[in-house]
Amino acid sequence: MGQNLAKLNTETSLDSVSLWGITRKRLFRRKSAVMGMIILGMLILVALTAQWLAPYDPTKSMLDVPDYTGKIEKRLPPCVHAFGCPQSEPQHLMGLDGNIRDEFSRLLYGARISLVIGFATVSFSILIGTVLGALAGYFGGWVDNTIMRVMDVVLAFPSLLLAIAIVTVLGPGLINALIAIGIVSIPAYARVVRGSVLSVREMDYVSATRSLGGNTYEILFRRILPNALTPLIVQGTLGIASAILETAALSFLGLGAQHPTPEWGSMLGQERNQVFTAPHLVFYPGLAIMLTVLAFNLLGDGLRDALDPRLAHVS
Amino acid sequence: MTTYILRRLLLSIPVIIGILFATFALARLIPSDPCRAMLGEKATDDVCDQFLERHGLNKPIPVQFAVYMGEIFKGDFGNSFRFSMPVTEILSQRLPITIELSLAALSISLLVGIPLGIISAVRHNSWVDVLTMLWANIGVSMPVFWLGLMLAYFFSLTLKGTPFQLPPSGRLSPGLIPDPFFEVWNMTLTEGTTIYIIAEFISRMNILNSILSGDWKVFKDAVQHMVLPAVALSTIPMALIARMSRSSMLEVLGQDYIRTARAKGLKQRTVVIRHALRNALLPIVTVVGLSLGGLLGGAVLTETVFNLAGVGRILYEAITARDYGIVQAFTVVIAVFFVALNLIVDISYAYLDPRIRLN
Repeated sequence: MGQNLAKLNTETSLDSVSLWGITRKRLFRRKSAVMGMIILGMLILVALTAQWLAPYDPTKSMLDVPDYTGKIEKRLPPCVHAFGCPQSEPQHLMGLDGNIRDEFSRLLYGARISLVIGFATVSFSILIGTVLGALAGYFGGWVDNTIMRVMDVVLAFPSLLLAIAIVTVLGPGLINALIAIGIVSIPAYARVVRGSVLSVREMDYVSATRSLGGNTYEILFRRILPNALTPLIVQGTLGIASAILETAALSFLGLGAQHPTPEWGSMLGQERNQVFTAPHLVFYPGLAIMLTVLAFNLLGDGLRDALDPRLAHVS
Repeated sequence: MTTYILRRLLLSIPVIIGILFATFALARLIPSDPCRAMLGEKATDDVCDQFLERHGLNKPIPVQFAVYMGEIFKGDFGNSFRFSMPVTEILSQRLPITIELSLAALSISLLVGIPLGIISAVRHNSWVDVLTMLWANIGVSMPVFWLGLMLAYFFSLTLKGTPFQLPPSGRLSPGLIPDPFFEVWNMTLTEGTTIYIIAEFISRMNILNSILSGDWKVFKDAVQHMVLPAVALSTIPMALIARMSRSSMLEVLGQDYIRTARAKGLKQRTVVIRHALRNALLPIVTVVGLSLGGLLGGAVLTETVFNLAGVGRILYEAITARDYGIVQAFTVVIAVFFVALNLIVDISYAYLDPRIRLN
């Protein structure tokens, strides 16, 4: 009997793979998630190596470039040697912008800003949302009521409008735009965490910890919150996508990144009236925003499916 | 059902009070004083004192809040500093434009999104399915302002001279002035009465007004101007709705009762529409409700791109000009409207799923 049990134990331990192992396997099996990871990997690479990849300084006009021999002209259309642009002209893959700066260099540096925006906002709102959600779910009663009603009020405003209002209070700027979008997305995380806390609060293993004399901190952070990790990761990945999209929208309206920061939304916003004369200055930044957001959306969807235990039979 | 609706209504009261407080606080927190924002940096202290006195802005904050609450319950949102006219007047001019735009966008996203979702669920893993999902993923990732600008470029410049050319901005071609339907109908309405206000409000929605008054020239022009902004605004909700319809239908189609229905020899059409769709509707309704908020936020961007003088556009302008009256009134109206929409969504759940109202 004892031997059998021991045998059983070794067998199960051989078969058991960690949650992350299974998740990784399932994630790599999904074409769309792999696609998202490839785009994301390239973006991170571009963001890290922007200073070497970019042919020009993103904030300097061609007037300030020493020994520049090309045509100095505002909103010059793209000049690509491979597509028949004369070799005598310096190459500008995406043309020049309204301030005679190289659009391609600005776009590369923009990747850096957008990724930082995404991760910073989501970390900010996950941190606050987790604390609020955990308190609401664990203590219940008036704590829960107060916190969740405040969250309801935040959710009652269309998120972009509330973000605009908050930025107006704080003053325009990239950091303030980040804070505004962070605040607006807190309720989503608070709800996720509260839900997970509620679902395990009364479970036997939590009661066991409590009866063993575990304090509130230990119960909440060691026993309960790890359950919220999976939904938080999914929500967070998708949240980065919407944070990037919304910051771009704020910058487009002139409330986010300020001149001369090479942020995609503000690059697009500054040139939007020139769409009929210089479409390249609108097309490329928008395309960059879309690809970045798409990458996070694809990865988030893939993670959701890979982490969902109900879909375990699929793998 | 009645108890459920009443309970839901009661629950939204604290949220509405919270909204009123939040908008009041936000408007007061906006830095720099409204006097100098309005009258210019050179306004003297004396002039400013008078200005604050006239608008009740020198009273203590709690008193201001009480006055503000009292006035809102009377339906009085005060005056706009900038336009020197009642905020309700401005609202009634701008709201129809946004409502028309949002309704057009919502209709497009429902009419295209749901059928696309159903087709890709029924033909799971076919090329229709793959294309729909690819497109849905791109759709939710697209910045609406970019899509708007690109559509404007393509349809008004690239397609110039073809029958598909569409105007890139505005609501009607210059020189075209629509007659309000009640004048065409020779209705005698007294200015200031409720019916007059409602009729005037409706007549400001160009498409609806032109249908009511039978003016097909204006109708065609208004529709042409509406196509691009509505398509741009509809993209994100459409993609969300298509995705949700697909996954919800897939789940339902795998169930036993669907197999039974098929085994009975029912036609595919009947099985899909009568048996499956009914049960798949609930998550679709949720996602429609959720995308309405995005629709209102997206309206600000769409109105900016297409130069439409709607609520979103003026709210944005009012915030930058620190026009308290407009900021407060418009945010309150939008938020309350949003709460009401959520209420309707919740009630329709209860209608679709008896388990919800019985719990």
